[in-house]
Amino acid sequence: MGEKINISDLNKQLAEMDVKSLEGVTIEGDIELEIETGAGGAGPLFAYYFGEEVAKVAVQLVNMAKAFGYPVESLLQPVAVAQAISPAPPELAAAAAAVPAFKIPDTLASTKFSVGTDKTWKTQIQEVQLGATKAEGGSRGKVIKIGGEKAMPFFFDAAMPNRPVVTIDVFDMPIGMAKAVKMHYEDVMNDPADWAKKAVKEFKADMVTAHLISTDPLIKDTSAKEAVKVVEDVLQAVDVPIVIGGSGNPEKDVEVLSKACEVAQGERALIASASLNLDWEAIGKACVATDNVCLAWTQLEINSQKELNRKLIKVAGVPRESIVMDPTTAALAYGMDFAYTNMERIRLAGLKGDEELNFPMSSGTTNAWGVREAWMINSPNKNDSPWGDRMLRGPIWEILTGFSLAMAGVDIFMMMNPISVAYLQEITQSLMGLVKAETPDTTNWISMEV
Amino acid sequence: MKETSPLNLYKFLPQTNCGDCGEQTCMAFAAGLIARIRKIEECKPLFDEKNQKKYGKKLDQLKTVIAPEVALVYVGAGDQQLKVGGEDVMYRHQMTFFNKPPFAYDVTDAMSEADLVERVKLIDTWKKFYIGNWETVEMVAVRSVTGDASKFAACVKKVMENTEKPLILCSFDPKVLKAGLEVSAAKRPLIYAATKENWKEVAQLAFDYKVPVTLSAPFDLDGLKGMAQTFAEMGIKDLVLDPGTAPNGEKLQESLQNFIKLRRAAVEEGQKDFNYPVIALPINAWLTTKDPVRGAYWESVLAATFVIRGADIMIRHSMEPHSVMPDMHLRFNIYTDPRTPVQVKPGLYKVGNPTDDSPVFLTTNFALTYYTVESDLGSNNIDSYLLAVNTDGIGVQAAVAGGQITPSKIKDAFAEAGMDFEKTSHKSFILPGMAAKFSGELDDLYGYKVKALVGPEDSGRIPGWMEKQWPPKK
Repeated sequence: MGEKINISDLNKQLAEMDVKSLEGVTIEGDIELEIETGAGGAGPLFAYYFGEEVAKVAVQLVNMAKAFGYPVESLLQPVAVAQAISPAPPELAAAAAAVPAFKIPDTLASTKFSVGTDKTWKTQIQEVQLGATKAEGGSRGKVIKIGGEKAMPFFFDAAMPNRPVVTIDVFDMPIGMAKAVKMHYEDVMNDPADWAKKAVKEFKADMVTAHLISTDPLIKDTSAKEAVKVVEDVLQAVDVPIVIGGSGNPEKDVEVLSKACEVAQGERALIASASLNLDWEAIGKACVATDNVCLAWTQLEINSQKELNRKLIKVAGVPRESIVMDPTTAALAYGMDFAYTNMERIRLAGLKGDEELNFPMSSGTTNAWGVREAWMINSPNKNDSPWGDRMLRGPIWEILTGFSLAMAGVDIFMMMNPISVAYLQEITQSLMGLVKAETPDTTNWISMEV
Repeated sequence: MKETSPLNLYKFLPQTNCGDCGEQTCMAFAAGLIARIRKIEECKPLFDEKNQKKYGKKLDQLKTVIAPEVALVYVGAGDQQLKVGGEDVMYRHQMTFFNKPPFAYDVTDAMSEADLVERVKLIDTWKKFYIGNWETVEMVAVRSVTGDASKFAACVKKVMENTEKPLILCSFDPKVLKAGLEVSAAKRPLIYAATKENWKEVAQLAFDYKVPVTLSAPFDLDGLKGMAQTFAEMGIKDLVLDPGTAPNGEKLQESLQNFIKLRRAAVEEGQKDFNYPVIALPINAWLTTKDPVRGAYWESVLAATFVIRGADIMIRHSMEPHSVMPDMHLRFNIYTDPRTPVQVKPGLYKVGNPTDDSPVFLTTNFALTYYTVESDLGSNNIDSYLLAVNTDGIGVQAAVAGGQITPSKIKDAFAEAGMDFEKTSHKSFILPGMAAKFSGELDDLYGYKVKALVGPEDSGRIPGWMEKQWPPKK
């Protein structure tokens, strides 16, 4: 007998064997045992089953020896036999009963899956209208509604009533930009009105933002009166709702934005922005007096956001339907985790009933272009894997910065690169079920050739 | 674990305050378990066989209480073993997300050997420095394109010769999977996938080879749950769920909603019979396009969707920098523990082997800023000193605006760190460009004995700056 047999086979053979046919059979050499214990190791249960198997073989061998007339009993202590075939200890027997041997059933279990909605989301996010038609006291051909959510973005608990929107940046003077952005605006950089038109017509911006940065005393110190002409030009050039931004200088912005409110009287333009670092009351009141919408900007701090919103409502008298929040966008890889979580907490607090936080949110997504991975040609770290083409890295940086924050609850995105704008629109609208397309058979990915 | 009170874990501990774990008391250890910074295995008496009678029952109860809400499945073996799942919260601020979803990049058995080896090496060696760490790719997914079992096995073998990284074996054909397992089972690959058609054969494979297995039932959560239940009844519990990843259309909305449903069922509703980790397939972007940029961008967008909401592991295709880099950073940001401030200890650090002639830089103690500057200096072999000023972990630009860094704070920080400018040959230090406006006031504070030079706004430009500006003109 040259081939290996295992104990189980031997046991079976012996059990079925007609004694007579054993004539001439010899069992040579040792029986080889190869025990595959698997990842779990040889636990007590395995030892028990193995022992049981060996014992069965032993019993068969004993019976066979008996059949040949050999006085087997004289070799065996009765006690040993009794032990070899005695039942397993109770705890082992219980464990053995709990884990039946591996057995594949005939059919899959038939069952239903269900999951509930989040019952803590009781409060709707304030809906805010941006832009006003002639009938409403403005001059816009289109108006936009943001906010109004009853659930976290794209959750199944409640449909989002309004889709996220994009406003493209327009500056009142040429500024430095990453190459991948500049290439799209070089021809309109000197004319904010043309810039605005291009953003809307070619790049499908929902809105445009007129940034009056030349008013910064350290840049051109353009007077408020002079600067707001750009607002008039942009309002003439496009019929979408607009955002009006200052230069970020806390003193000058109050004057510039107040003046901007006057020329945008009744337009429900979003005025960017009131913050705790400047005279928020003056800006808030200017918005109220001219029927514009106030952007409340704080820096990555939920409690400051509550405080500013409260002050705008209670002190400056800004109506709830005229407040949008900018809790600050830290870009992907530059602290995006702080921005993401701050916004997610704000949105959750709003849904759970904090009426000082249930306003739509805005993101300065263009901050993505400040991240070195978005614009640098090569990595300064020589051990990094190659960074590839920056003209391709930049747009995806802006896409993912915006999209991540869309998942946290942002309703309006301030962006620049037209490719980024298109992708952000496509993914957010896809996740709302607004993009109809034939979905390929998803199981084909394994064998597809790419 | 839903438990938030250390007291409720303390009752399962030995309560002897033996100190073996390094904590003074069992209560402190219980608090460590709640914070997920201690593991029960560190309580040695609890695991000592001699104490089986005394603590065995407590240990079993404790294990049940602290089990993660999303089951934890180990994939791979040895040093390269990965934790998949094990999440406890729905939103990261509720504590943190624990185990970032491994990215498995694909190779196929239809590739030429040269292409295969090149791609595996690319996957194996890809790295990027970020906040003091190297980000790398975790896994390789081997796809059976030919459907030929022996080609698949040869491909798996070739992959294993070129990387230690854990594998996902991808085929719906049990014969192909078996051939792959024959050569790789010892490395504990994840198999993809059991379906409603092949589940009996694949279950047998999972049992025979003791490997984790993916259950795939696209867009059918009832069917997926039935499969999970059947596998659990067979004793196969190292499961990963594939609820389907549609790359476009209304099915994409459904896909995200399904991921959210599964995470909510596991974490918020405690559905213990259906709380396995979930796999996403951003690679499916390539079913909709052959355009290399469109494919890479859309794959990145899909990856972001599921990194943020509910995926525990994912299969990817594009190794282009404009896809890998942003996704790695996104995953890092989402999986950063929000409980730990990302700061370095304030003080003066050496980069390389600085001498008295070496430049002295300063930045803030925000970890991102600090490590970025440090790596820009180090990787360009600029021997230097680098002062991390305590700004409570705020970056330069924001700290300048918010007053967390000021000229007098800079001077105090140098003094505290024992920086002696008299010893240097240049008697100067270099301000970040973002803090340029402090230079005049610093000159005044130092009585013009130490010069505050203005560096570039991005530390990546320090090498160029050094060429032009260093050493400073007297």
